[in-house]
Amino acid sequence: MKKWPAYMGKQFVRMVLLIVVVSIVTFALMKASPIDPLQANVGQAALGSMSQEQIEKLQEYWGVNTPPVKQYLEWAKDFIKGDMGVSLLYRQPVTKVIGVKLGNSLFLMIFAWVLSGILGIVLGVIAGMNRGKTVDKGIKGYCLVISSTPTFWLALLLLMIFSVWLKLLPIGLSVPIGVEASGVTFADRVRHAILPAVTLSITGVSNIALHTREKMIDIMESDYVLFARSRGETGWKLFWQHGFRNVLLPAITLQFASISEIFGGSVLVEQVFSYPGLGQAAVSAGLGSDMPLLMAITIVSALFVFGGNLIANLLYGVIDPRIRRGGAKG
Amino acid sequence: MKETILKIEHMNISFTQYTQGMRQIELPVIRNLDVEVKEGEMVAIVGSSGSGKSLLAHAVMGILPYNASMGGIMVYRGELLTERRIRQLRGKEIVMVPQSISFLDPLTKVSAQITKGKKDMESRKKLRDILNRYHLEQSVEDKYPFELSGGMSRRVMISTAMIENPKLVIADEPTPGLDLKMAKKAMADFREMANMGAGVLVITHDLELALEVADKIVVFYAGTTIEEANISDFDWEETLRHPYTKALWRALPQNGFQFIEGSQPYVKDMPQGCPFSPRCKQCSQECKNEIPYKEIRDGRVRCIYAS
Repeated sequence: MKKWPAYMGKQFVRMVLLIVVVSIVTFALMKASPIDPLQANVGQAALGSMSQEQIEKLQEYWGVNTPPVKQYLEWAKDFIKGDMGVSLLYRQPVTKVIGVKLGNSLFLMIFAWVLSGILGIVLGVIAGMNRGKTVDKGIKGYCLVISSTPTFWLALLLLMIFSVWLKLLPIGLSVPIGVEASGVTFADRVRHAILPAVTLSITGVSNIALHTREKMIDIMESDYVLFARSRGETGWKLFWQHGFRNVLLPAITLQFASISEIFGGSVLVEQVFSYPGLGQAAVSAGLGSDMPLLMAITIVSALFVFGGNLIANLLYGVIDPRIRRGGAKG
Repeated sequence: MKETILKIEHMNISFTQYTQGMRQIELPVIRNLDVEVKEGEMVAIVGSSGSGKSLLAHAVMGILPYNASMGGIMVYRGELLTERRIRQLRGKEIVMVPQSISFLDPLTKVSAQITKGKKDMESRKKLRDILNRYHLEQSVEDKYPFELSGGMSRRVMISTAMIENPKLVIADEPTPGLDLKMAKKAMADFREMANMGAGVLVITHDLELALEVADKIVVFYAGTTIEEANISDFDWEETLRHPYTKALWRALPQNGFQFIEGSQPYVKDMPQGCPFSPRCKQCSQECKNEIPYKEIRDGRVRCIYAS
């Protein structure tokens, strides 16, 4: 396939353009935000007791008086060099902050992504193959209820049931309180991640299941399934021979497109569970006017979503013979 | 005495359709269909496009869409062909050769389509034989439907039927997209299945081609079978029974290429009684009544003036 370098080159250009646009929009939104970084981070009372000199120093630190265009260009110059700057809130290099937060979140997100993907596709296929029957109605009803349930409300509900009433799982954070970092076991981390991850999964399932169901219904009504049934193929065999591969293609697209939803959902869920992940960092960076951190988090998320879609496209080429073989010819 | 493989009496199929909100209407697409296929016999149902012929095939295979309802009687080898019985027989004794390439799974290779995914030695051997017989190269096995030419996909679809040992073959428009030579070849293949003892029911719009290979022609007009005739009846216009069949005969190139005015009525504005009456010169008041399917000279006709 000689088309590969051209294709990847094109995707790279797209990615660069995406980063440029996303960073400009994020920056503009931040500048347009009515939050005064000094008041938000230092506090009105503290500011009142400070001398003008001290205040000016702080203003410089938070970049209040720098012209926005200049500020953006300086950030961009450093960013191109690979320097994402220092977080104003954490007073640590942004890369390091993101590294730690992403590490916490990644487990959550991957768990939710995989679980909601598998569950969603399975439920969608079952519903689609049994269209109109009780199973279908049950699954459809569940999905509709869940997709109209706010994520944070569900998170609170689970928190009440499993942490407050049943006391089975911790109420928040990613590690136990009052334990030294070295004393935290992997099991502790898993226990703390279960509730947020489950919340994310539950909300992610409905979208994927409903879409897969639609697709499955289309497939079941297609001429080729009709013909397969006329040849005596039924049930599981019919699904395996004809349904599976045909439903897999749209399912892959959905699954990778859902990365953005998982990202968005994690912001809410982490907030409810006080889980120190990327989502929570994004919220505090936004509210605290931590420009370098917020810019970096936004770009990292954009890259994740972009990467997800790219992977979906590439997988299409691997799985769909019409693209794989058709593309090889032309 | 040859065994009757399939006998259909008074078959009617209608669709439930919603118009303007929740108002339901019934669309009778097939209104009165009678056909009989004996073993070793090839029967062609001939009708113009859009007359609902394909539904007949779907009805026998038990794959009508969910909003369709069927009435009438289907008898397979002396036994009532119920939905349950169809499910036991289809793909084994009763097979269908579909109309177009859309009936092949776009993501399944030809070999798996023909063998239904079986990979054992016997299936593989059968597959080889079938492909050889239809002059398909071995490389075709590994191809996907989108890589097949029209003629190839046609032969692949015929192969899906031939890998079974069918007692009844229903071919739904097997010739469009084939050149004359291939079309004749395809028809000859169905003839051969009949010669081997199967009952073959070919649904087609091509009367000329059907006349070359079939034993019997059933003429289908606007949802109704109007005549059943032996091939020899088509030698002269006089031996045919129904005015529409005679018009079809006159439209054949060798018989003058004449056409008659008008077109087949649409389902929603079907005339009372004989569906051909608006275009018929012999039409009278009595044609508005229910027309019986009567037997005349070893054939059947739905016309009160036929003799």
